[in-house]
Amino acid sequence: MIQELLRPFEYEFFRNGMVAAVLVGAMCGLIGVFIVLRGMSYIGHGLSHAIFGGAVVAFVMTWNFYLGAGVWGFLAAVLINQTTRRTRINADAAIGVITTASFAVGIAIISRYRSFTRSFDAALFGNILGVTAQDILVIAVVTLVVATIIFFGYKQLLFTTFDSEVAGVYGVRTEWIDTLFALVLAGTIIVSMQVLGVTLIAAALVVPAITARLLTDSFVRMLLLSTLTGAATGLVGMYLSYGFDVASGASIVLTQAGLFSLVLLLTSLRRRVTNRLIHTHV
Amino acid sequence: MKPLVELDQVSFQYDARPVLEDVSIAIQPGESAALIGPSGAGKTSLLRLVLGLLTPTKGRVRVAGGSAGSRSSASIGYVPQLDTVDWNFPITVTETVLLGRIQRASMWPWASAEDRRCVESVLERLNISDLAGRHIRSLSGGQQQRVFLARALAAEPDLLVLDEPTSGVDPRSAENVLHMVSELNRQGMTVLMSTHDLNMAAAHVPRLLCLNRRLVADGSPEDVLTPEILSDTYQADMAVLRQDGMLFVHQKPHRHTYADDQVQPHPAELLERVR
Repeated sequence: MIQELLRPFEYEFFRNGMVAAVLVGAMCGLIGVFIVLRGMSYIGHGLSHAIFGGAVVAFVMTWNFYLGAGVWGFLAAVLINQTTRRTRINADAAIGVITTASFAVGIAIISRYRSFTRSFDAALFGNILGVTAQDILVIAVVTLVVATIIFFGYKQLLFTTFDSEVAGVYGVRTEWIDTLFALVLAGTIIVSMQVLGVTLIAAALVVPAITARLLTDSFVRMLLLSTLTGAATGLVGMYLSYGFDVASGASIVLTQAGLFSLVLLLTSLRRRVTNRLIHTHV
Repeated sequence: MKPLVELDQVSFQYDARPVLEDVSIAIQPGESAALIGPSGAGKTSLLRLVLGLLTPTKGRVRVAGGSAGSRSSASIGYVPQLDTVDWNFPITVTETVLLGRIQRASMWPWASAEDRRCVESVLERLNISDLAGRHIRSLSGGQQQRVFLARALAAEPDLLVLDEPTSGVDPRSAENVLHMVSELNRQGMTVLMSTHDLNMAAAHVPRLLCLNRRLVADGSPEDVLTPEILSDTYQADMAVLRQDGMLFVHQKPHRHTYADDQVQPHPAELLERVR
């Protein structure tokens, strides 16, 4: 049995893919908690599309992918934050306008230069089999940076997420925290694109967080549970992807959705049983 | 003595609509004052100016000698209105109160021994130690109000600002909260709050600021809770009763007598009256 489980590790592509899936899963789980609680669930979806536009521009200008996509994604995230802060436009509408326009830039360029359309399939749908040792290094560095920022900025991030205005009164520099968070978010999405693809990142950011939310009422426990869920579903999803020969991004997201449904069912059942016990007169 | 809070001829407009006009107030360290006035009178805007969340269109707002909201100004413990809180947020009572320590907190994500000691003593002081591990939504209105008061106290503030601390809680809890706040004031804490509850304010707050875009009156409950001043503040007929050394304010009902119901006027006549 153990030998069966270890067999895929004989292949380098699987080893690389597994490390990438676990790290990206954990990172999306961690960041996802803040995204869900800020009511910005669609930022992952939008920002990954915006970054896709940036990636195309970087390709045309022959810039480094990570640099081009990174700067583009960061600017889009800051622009969304600032639009929400300074105007009467809600976060969801700001995400809709800014990121779709950015995606449209990518589509416009691709349609102008049709010759390289194919090379962006990987960005749209994820290609974990193509993860190289260099990609792993980039993912590991971004994971480390993201984890360090969340670790040392934990209290400020928690207060800003709970109530940004009151946090400001208590001396938290909320604009700085928002900008730092935009940077973290852009970094996470860029390194997740290759594993999950533009179209599936939103789920990886949201599902572990809402699964964890069902299980706890404590913020710190939600952070830990969501990170753990992201990493574990990355691992299981990779095995399923190998076993059933389906796209890795899809199998990871389906594993997360399956776990969420299971937890939802169990917590609803538990609540029903507790209510019945309370209301039963003995 | 220098005032802790000072508004000097402050005006504030929101989208060209005047909210506050030429308001001057000075609150000395150790004082307790409540802003009263009808909805839309500018109470919340005035508090937000003091908190540094708004900037005056004209005049100056100073807290402890520095501009409101600047980092050099005094530390403020702020208790927001309960209906502005996200009750679905996954946060326990202890986690909420620890947020108040943010200015004194270490760089580590966990609470220091000193933070824990402070939170425990504040929870004990407000009589909510047994709720420490509970989620904020699972509490009663009065308990929720005390949790956010505890967060403000954990900041060890120079000034305590409360926005409508009696709304959204039952009368007994409102009484308890105001009693606690007046105890804190007796121990030296400077307090500024806004409230709709004139009777509670009359019983617990030594200085009332009657606001209706302008500062209509400023003084003790005995001085300002008069039918004339209340009529100026609320643009309504108010009755003031005194009993056992207490003041009670009540809105006079519209004139409506039994005789009015006897003769039904013709609809055309009613229309004429409206015109």
